[in-house]
Amino acid sequence: MVRYEGKTVITLNVNGQPHEVMVRPADLLLDVLREQLGLTGAKPGCKNGDCGACTVIIDGWPAKSCLVLAVEAEGHVILTVEGLEGKAPIQKSFVKDNAFQCGYCTSGFLMVCHALQMQHPDMPEEHVIEEWLQSNICRCTSYQEIRRAVHGMYNNKGL
Amino acid sequence: MIPCDVVYYRPGTLMEAYEAYRLLQIEGKKPLYYAGGSEIITMSRAGSIRPSAIVDIKRIPECMLLSANDEGLHIGSACTLNQIKESRLFPLLGSSCGRIADHTNQCRITLGGNLCGTIIYRETSLPLLLSDARVSLFGSQGMRTVPFQSVFHGRMRLKPSEVVVQIHVPGWALKAPFFHVKHTTNEKIDYPLVSAAALWKDGNMRIAFSGLCSYPFRSSKIEAVLNDWSMPVSARVDKAAELLPEEPYSDVEGSGEYRLFVLKNMLHALLEDYTNGKI
Ligand code: FES
Ligand code: FES
Repeated sequence: MVRYEGKTVITLNVNGQPHEVMVRPADLLLDVLREQLGLTGAKPGCKNGDCGACTVIIDGWPAKSCLVLAVEAEGHVILTVEGLEGKAPIQKSFVKDNAFQCGYCTSGFLMVCHALQMQHPDMPEEHVIEEWLQSNICRCTSYQEIRRAVHGMYNNKGL
Repeated sequence: MIPCDVVYYRPGTLMEAYEAYRLLQIEGKKPLYYAGGSEIITMSRAGSIRPSAIVDIKRIPECMLLSANDEGLHIGSACTLNQIKESRLFPLLGSSCGRIADHTNQCRITLGGNLCGTIIYRETSLPLLLSDARVSLFGSQGMRTVPFQSVFHGRMRLKPSEVVVQIHVPGWALKAPFFHVKHTTNEKIDYPLVSAAALWKDGNMRIAFSGLCSYPFRSSKIEAVLNDWSMPVSARVDKAAELLPEEPYSDVEGSGEYRLFVLKNMLHALLEDYTNGKI
């Protein structure tokens, strides 16, 4: 049985690379990604699971990293917005459709949309897109443009 | 950042989990079984709870099972709401799961966590109360499997150190006609003003509610009235609304009076849909 007390070194698989981090069991994945790995794409917003700014992808599904302990992410495949390397169809689509204003929510939305495409390689029904997007909040209300960008991701493959 | 030090346990077997939890309790610690963790993390961050240890059950195979066979459906307590919904194996439960929190959180929140958490709505309990579901629990006597209704009275009533392992739903319930609705005050993603689930067996409607009172419930008295086809729909609805097990719940989302108003409209629509063959 795994047991962690106090500070411990664990290995996290982030963006295809193993990374050693020193964590307390109560440390959030969000804080560890940002403060120890310098992966600041996942943003702290509410830190309460409500806004989605901290969204990453774990084993192919979106996860709010403010609601995941770093220790429980051990052994899972974690993808952050940095791991998309600017090449994901949704990133190109966001640029094309101006799907952001201040950009604070953008990395979270990108990860939700990218996970949507991983799980639904072909465009799903509109209610599915809506359901996935409802997990995130955009303070600047770019919702229409974001929805358009998702359609663009499927229709143009982000080109 | 969670402002307390916790000890993290990740057992690979039920016995390891139970023993770890039991020993922590003997030592006077405050352990919690941990699955999706959403509620434990948010409440710890807010300082509402201060667990000194968590026992993560997500690597225990029995808690991760999701499979159907001739007997019915078996769902591990650490299965996420999204897994249950995507499986489409029990449409009524899938519908309930799909209206709890948002989609991303549904990928984390587990069936066991929703049933055992402190948030009063526990909406996944409704389909289980209706479907003659059984629950497997692991504790001092090993595994015991009992009717879900015998251990769920508003919330799970477990023995000390006991952990929820699996829920078993009989085959008939997976294919039975059903109805599910969740009314919220403003946003679609919110706690329920009134959430109702109904399931038909042998032509009789079974119905359970969340949000209406301070705990989820199924009421045989309400079911008897709603199934009494000798009375007109409006009389059945009015009578059913008088049979709540306690005063309707009242909070910032809506007064008790408003909840009753929503309930009556919802029951009207439900009975009329059923009469018109829409369910
Ligand atoms: S910071 Fe995680 S959901 Fe808002
Ligand atoms: S672009 Fe500013 S919060 Fe979304």
